[in-house]
Amino acid sequence: MSNNPSLRTPSQRLAWTATIIVSTLVFIFLIAPIVAIMPLSFSSGSYLTYPLPGLSLRWYDDFINSPRWMNSLKNSMIIGVASTLLSMTLGTLAALGLAQWKSRFKPLVLAFVLSPVVVPGVITAVGLYFFFAPIGLTGSYLGLILAHTALATPFVVITVGATLQSFDTNLARAAASLGASPFEAFRRVILPLILPGVASGALFAFATSFDEVVIVLFMAGPEQRTLPREMFSGIRENISPTITAAAVILTTISVILLATLEALRRRNERLKGGGA
Amino acid sequence: MTNALLTGADASTEVPLKRRLRRAERRRQVKALALVLPLLVFLLFTFAGPIAGMLWRSVEDREVRQVLPQTVAALADWGGKDLPDEKAYAALASDVLAARASGTMAIAAKRLNYALNGFRTILTSTARNLRAIPEPGTAKEALGKINPAWRDRTTWTTIKDAGGPITGFYLLAALDLTRNVEGTIVEAPPDQAIYRGVFARTFVISLSVTVLCLILGFPVAYLLATLPPGRSNLLMIFVLLPFWTSLLVRTCAWIVLLQSKGVVNDSLLWLGIIDEPLRLIYNRFGVCVAMTHVLLPFMILPLYSSMKAISPAYMRAAASLGAPPIAAFLRIYLPQTLPGIGAGSLLVFILALGYYITPALVGGAADQMISYFIALYTTETANWGLASALGAVLLLATVLLALVYGKLVQGQHVTGGMKN
Repeated sequence: MSNNPSLRTPSQRLAWTATIIVSTLVFIFLIAPIVAIMPLSFSSGSYLTYPLPGLSLRWYDDFINSPRWMNSLKNSMIIGVASTLLSMTLGTLAALGLAQWKSRFKPLVLAFVLSPVVVPGVITAVGLYFFFAPIGLTGSYLGLILAHTALATPFVVITVGATLQSFDTNLARAAASLGASPFEAFRRVILPLILPGVASGALFAFATSFDEVVIVLFMAGPEQRTLPREMFSGIRENISPTITAAAVILTTISVILLATLEALRRRNERLKGGGA
Repeated sequence: MTNALLTGADASTEVPLKRRLRRAERRRQVKALALVLPLLVFLLFTFAGPIAGMLWRSVEDREVRQVLPQTVAALADWGGKDLPDEKAYAALASDVLAARASGTMAIAAKRLNYALNGFRTILTSTARNLRAIPEPGTAKEALGKINPAWRDRTTWTTIKDAGGPITGFYLLAALDLTRNVEGTIVEAPPDQAIYRGVFARTFVISLSVTVLCLILGFPVAYLLATLPPGRSNLLMIFVLLPFWTSLLVRTCAWIVLLQSKGVVNDSLLWLGIIDEPLRLIYNRFGVCVAMTHVLLPFMILPLYSSMKAISPAYMRAAASLGAPPIAAFLRIYLPQTLPGIGAGSLLVFILALGYYITPALVGGAADQMISYFIALYTTETANWGLASALGAVLLLATVLLALVYGKLVQGQHVTGGMKN
C-alpha cells in the first residue's frame, strides 16, 4: 500500500499506516453486521447466537411456507414495481422539461421536486395519513403506491437530469430536421441515449419503495403489509431466525440492484469514453 | 416597418424572423413546463397538500366549537375578567343537553382536557346531573351547584381559548408553553413540559451521530480518494453495500450483534475483557451505533467527492516550499475539504433529526427522538393537533438546515448521499 507517490518522510508513512488501520476498522464496522447476520439464517437452532448448533434451511422453509411472509414479499414487489413505473414516467418527463426550461423560478421548482427526499419520513407519513384517510386511500395499495412514488421520483429526476447534462441537444434538432416527429425523435434518439439514466433512476426508485417502512406503518392495512413492515413487527415482538432469513433475502435483492447499477455506470462510462 | 422597407429586401424579413424565433422559443418553454407539470400536480396531491394539511391541523381548533356552539358564541364578547354572565351559563346548559343527546360530548371533553386536566370529569358530571334546561335566570346557580368548577373563571377561559377556529395552543404546547388565565404566554406546568427535552435529546443524538460519522468517515474518504482507482472502486463496495442494504436488515443485525448473548458480548467475554455481558442495546449507545452505521455512507460519499477534486499537486507544492507534512495537511488539504465536511455533516444531521425506525427498535424509553412522539400522538392517542405542531417544529428545523445545505452544495458537485 506504500506505493503512494507523496510518501517520503517517516511521519507521512506513519500517518498513511494509521489511515489504513482506521479505515480497515471502519470497513469492518460497516460490513460486519451484514455479514454476521447471514450465517444465523442457516442455523438449525432457534437462538440467534454463535456458535451455530448445526446447519439447516429450516428458516427459509419457514419463510416460504408462511403466508404472512410470502404475502409481505408479494406486497413489496407489487408496490415497488408499480411505484417504480409511475415515478419513472413522471420523473423522466419532468427531467426532460427541466433541462429545457429557463426561468428564474427553476431552482425553486427543482427544490420542491427534490424535497420529498429531505423531509423526515414521519412528517410525510402523518400528512398523508390525515390527507388520505378521508378519501379512502389508507389501507389500500393505491395509496401506498402514490406515496412511494412521491418519495422515489426525486431519484429519477436526479439521475435522468445528470444524464441529460451530457446530452447533445443538437441530436434532437438533427432528428427533427430529418423529418422525425417529436414523439419519434424522443423514442428513437433521445430515449436510447438517456436510457442508462432512466434505468439507474428506476433502480433507485425501486430500492426506495422496497426499503420504505414509515409510511407503510401509518397507512397500510393488514392486507398491504410489506416485507420491511413485517420485519419491523418481527423485531419489535421477538426476533426469530425467520427474520434473518428475510434479511438475507432482502440483502440479496439489494446486492442484485447494486450490481446492476454498477454495471450500468460502467457501461455508461465506457460509452462516454468511446464517444468523446 | 417603414425603416425596414428603406433598408432593403433582407431587412423586411428580419423582424418577423426575430419574432418567429421568440415565439418558437416561447412555445418551447411552454412545452418544457408542460413536461414538468404532471409531476408538480402529482406532488401537490401526494406531498405538498398532505404537509400543508398537517400544518393546518397544528393551528386548527374546531372540536369545542362544533360541540358547544352556543357557549362559544356567548363567550365571544366576554372580557374574561369576572365570571361570564347568565347568558353563557344558559347557552352551556343547552349545549350540554344537546351534546348528551347526540353523544358528541367526548369530542369536546378530549380537547378541553388537553388544556385543563380534569375537564373531562367536569363535563361528564355536568352532563349526568343536568336534568333539563334550567329556568331562565337560574342557569348560573344550577350549574354551580352541579359542579363548583363552573364558579371558577379558569374553566370558562379554557372553553373560550379552545373556541377556535384557530389556536396557538398546540404550537405553544410543542415548545412547553401555555397561556395562563390572563392570556399571557407562560411556561407549561412541569408535568406537561417534556418537548423541549425531547427536542434537545433529538439534537444531541443527531449531533453525536454526525460527529461520529465525521470521525469515522474522514479517514475512509481520504483513503478512497488517495488510492488508485482500481483499488478504491473495490473498497467502495464496503461503503455502498451497507448503503443499499435495507434499514431494517441493518437494525436487526445490530440487535443480533449487540444483545446480551450477541457476538460482541460473547467475544469480549471470551477474551476476558469483561466478566458479565455489557448492556449495549436498547439504550443510547445502541441508538448511536446503529444510526452511525446507517448514516456513515452519507458522510463518506460527499467527503470523497470533495477530496477527489483536490489535486495532489497542491500538497507536493506545499512540501516543496518546505511545509512540514502536518502543516501542509492542516493548511492546504483540510481547508479544501471543508465544503465536503460541511455538506456531509449537514446531510447526516438533517437525516438524523427525523429518525424514527432505528431509535424505536434499538433505543430505550429515554432515547426516543421527536419523530417517535409525532407517531405516538398520531396513531396511539390521536392527539392530532399536538402531533402536527411537533411535526411543524421538526419541519421548520429541517427546511432551514436544508436551505443552508442547498447554499453550500450550490455550484460544487457533491454526489451521492441522497438515499432515504
